[in-house]
Amino acid sequence: MTVDRRWRIGLRVLGLGYLALLLLVPVGLIFYRTFEHGLTGVWESITTPAAIHAFWLTIEVTAIAVPLNTLFGIVMAMALARGEWRGKGLVNALIDLPFAVSPVVIGLSLILVYGIDGWLGGALADAGIQVIFSVPGIVLATIFVSLPFVVREVTPVLKEIGDEQEQAAATLGAGGWTTFRRVTLPSIRWGVAYGVVLSVARCIGEFGAVSVVSGKISGETETLTLLVEKRFANFDLAGAYAASALLALIALGTLLAMTMIKPRREEGDA
Amino acid sequence: MSATSAPLAPAPPARASAGSRPAWRSASGPLGLGVATLWLSVIVLLPLSAVVVRSLDGGLGAFWDAVSSRQALAALRFTVLVSLATAAINVVGGTLIAWVLVRDQFPGKRIVNALIDLPFALPTIVAGLTLLTLYGPRSPVGIDIAFTQAAVLLALLFVTLPFVIRSVQPVLIELDREMEEAALSLGARNLTIFRRIVLPNLVPAILSGAALAFARAVGEFGSIVLISGNIPFDTQVSSVYVFKLIESDAPVSAAAVSTVLLLVSLGVLLGIRALGHWGARHDR
Amino acid sequence: MISQHVRKTVLALLALVALAVVAGCGGSSDETGGSDVSGGGDAKTTLSLVAYSTPEVVYDEIIPDFQKTSEGSDVGFKTSYGASGDQSRAVEAGLRADVVTFSTEPDMTRLVDAGLVDPSWNGTPNRGLVTTSVVAFVVRNGNPKGIRTWDDLLRPGIKVLTPNPFSSGAAKWNLLAAYGQASGGGRDPQAGLDYVRKLIVDHVPVQDKSGREALQNFVSGDADVLLSYEYEATTAQKKGEDVDYVLPDDTIKINIDIATTQDAPPAAQQFLDYVLSKPAQEHFVDWGYRPVNEEVLSAAKARGLFPDPPGLFTIDDLGGWDSVNDEFFDIENGSIAKIEEDAGVSTAK
Repeated sequence: MTVDRRWRIGLRVLGLGYLALLLLVPVGLIFYRTFEHGLTGVWESITTPAAIHAFWLTIEVTAIAVPLNTLFGIVMAMALARGEWRGKGLVNALIDLPFAVSPVVIGLSLILVYGIDGWLGGALADAGIQVIFSVPGIVLATIFVSLPFVVREVTPVLKEIGDEQEQAAATLGAGGWTTFRRVTLPSIRWGVAYGVVLSVARCIGEFGAVSVVSGKISGETETLTLLVEKRFANFDLAGAYAASALLALIALGTLLAMTMIKPRREEGDA
Repeated sequence: MSATSAPLAPAPPARASAGSRPAWRSASGPLGLGVATLWLSVIVLLPLSAVVVRSLDGGLGAFWDAVSSRQALAALRFTVLVSLATAAINVVGGTLIAWVLVRDQFPGKRIVNALIDLPFALPTIVAGLTLLTLYGPRSPVGIDIAFTQAAVLLALLFVTLPFVIRSVQPVLIELDREMEEAALSLGARNLTIFRRIVLPNLVPAILSGAALAFARAVGEFGSIVLISGNIPFDTQVSSVYVFKLIESDAPVSAAAVSTVLLLVSLGVLLGIRALGHWGARHDR
Repeated sequence: MISQHVRKTVLALLALVALAVVAGCGGSSDETGGSDVSGGGDAKTTLSLVAYSTPEVVYDEIIPDFQKTSEGSDVGFKTSYGASGDQSRAVEAGLRADVVTFSTEPDMTRLVDAGLVDPSWNGTPNRGLVTTSVVAFVVRNGNPKGIRTWDDLLRPGIKVLTPNPFSSGAAKWNLLAAYGQASGGGRDPQAGLDYVRKLIVDHVPVQDKSGREALQNFVSGDADVLLSYEYEATTAQKKGEDVDYVLPDDTIKINIDIATTQDAPPAAQQFLDYVLSKPAQEHFVDWGYRPVNEEVLSAAKARGLFPDPPGLFTIDDLGGWDSVNDEFFDIENGSIAKIEEDAGVSTAK
């Protein structure tokens, strides 16, 4: 439908107004609060030894969690979009569970399994592997919360494009892996890229579950979000906002990178 | 969520053939599915089942006592109601914003589009504190709703913002305009076109996004705990009540209430997907 | 084309991981330009300090001083700070700890019960305490509303902040102080509970999750009084917050506990001894904590610090932590729990 000019402006104002009040103003406030006392203070507070370590720990955890969940996401999306199998509906709903579970419960559940009195924790401890209160625990919690993103982005794309091209490739004699690499993967790459971006954002922003399982050992298991909390608690508001601004910048950076690789066509027409 | 290159021929509805398994499927064949399901089980199901099992430590009687206590029921009721409200507002607001982002053109649109996903990246404590500063007692815009139920709703709207928008956008993009143009040329008014032609196509995507928003709202903790005041029977959501139970050395009760929350979420998620399937079967 | 894309992604990831491994090697200090307490690779022993959140600023000063002594010269430190209950539960669940310090005794008792701390931890001359404090009223600079006594808190229109006792150990001390003073040190329980009920139901608009959050709330909000500890107020002032505090005549003595764990190396006890010694205790005084070291305490009092409230009572006067925890703070049946519920019901919309 071609919407006439008044409606169009009206809708635009309404939509952007909602966004502004809810999103843009709060985020803008964070950046304002961060830089209102000048740049040097900000630089110092994001280069303390603890902050540097927290930054790299967050990156490291994200760099482990995201590729694993991407692999899972692509395979599961193929199975959900292309296959009919028993239990598909249930698995479909289970994949969304990580959204619904409160971070406190996620932390509790991981301790129940991997803690020293947990189902697997004792055996792992005997083997010399510490999961909870160590980096592996943080990785597990982060994988948990970012699990659904790639699946949920890629499945509708796979459903949308159908499988004729893949069938065509098969009739032309291409093997499974070749078809996947040459036909399927290129057609879903934007879905995958977008899912990766969302996962990265979610991983770096995770706080609650990590807070329970990390042990908050400064310089060892303190992620950037935990550092933000600690600084708030120590009256270092400027430092807390600086670290938050850093988090926001990382997320924005990934988002803008994605926007740049997305073709113009994807944004719809006027 | 974006579709890609157009198919070679007009696409029939994606329908998998249950019987035949052509060779090319081996990339996602039984082995792939098996490994993926194993991953899901180890990462998500194993820990969650530990919670469910632990919740029965004191027997069914203790379980029932924990989940039917006055505070637990009040918290559950408030949680479900406020999450439904969140989902409902998101349905309207999210669809509207998706529409503006797809069908409208204005300078800076790309940046606005990119910013939509920011709520995921900000630690919830930052989100809560910022909202408190903006819309609390020292509000620069004069709106003070801190420590009220409205504040909880506000925090939830922030963290669930991307869901419906990102769900509806790709569908809107792929929407075939011919029907709309045909209706327009036949003299139908805009509102009718939207209601009768566009909206039905968007409903499954809207529902899917709304379900995710509901699920997230039910589990949200970090931003709410700062802005809501945590007053039992008033602004206490279930996730905060669970936290208090853990802090009060009642982990079994905490596990019990969490189990109920999980079941409620699972029920809603399954229900929404079932609705979606039913709707798809009635497609033209 | 796609393999190029994949290859670039993989290379980027590998680079990131390599960088992470290289750059991730320890720095634990969060002071701008401050010294790093971790002690580097040539430390012969590493001690893990697991503490509740507020004394981080003090230990950041004590630890480097300890490392300059002969006992501490080859000791590295790992530190973890968080809410007292959370930290205690973490140690119980396996968080490695050599020295622990908490703000409520049940958090230490939990570890004794778990076999991680020796039951004789509080048999020492200082009875297991590292510092003490008292519950105080934190008010705006200049005390514009003239808050002096507990009765002032119940004046019409006065808004009081205190954290939620079911999520914050700190809050328990606040409410016990309120109860204790109204009940005459525990002699008239009903009067005590009546006071707490009136306070919470009519004067506390919101209960934050933790003591520090309540303080943040007070600083950025419009409440009149915050119930908190004397040292919280001093620390806040030192950090530039615009607050003042008043010591009511009747208040409770807050005990902060410290102990070494069963498997800790000898260096842990040496560190603990140092924390109780004059130089470390003077650091505590700087930040507003009442020292347990007699010499330091007398010197501070001579300077006019830490006046003794005439009506000071202790947790033992109220029956000791075990009975208090059950009677007041049981989440379903405790008397404070019932008051909380009534507060919610009365304000529920």
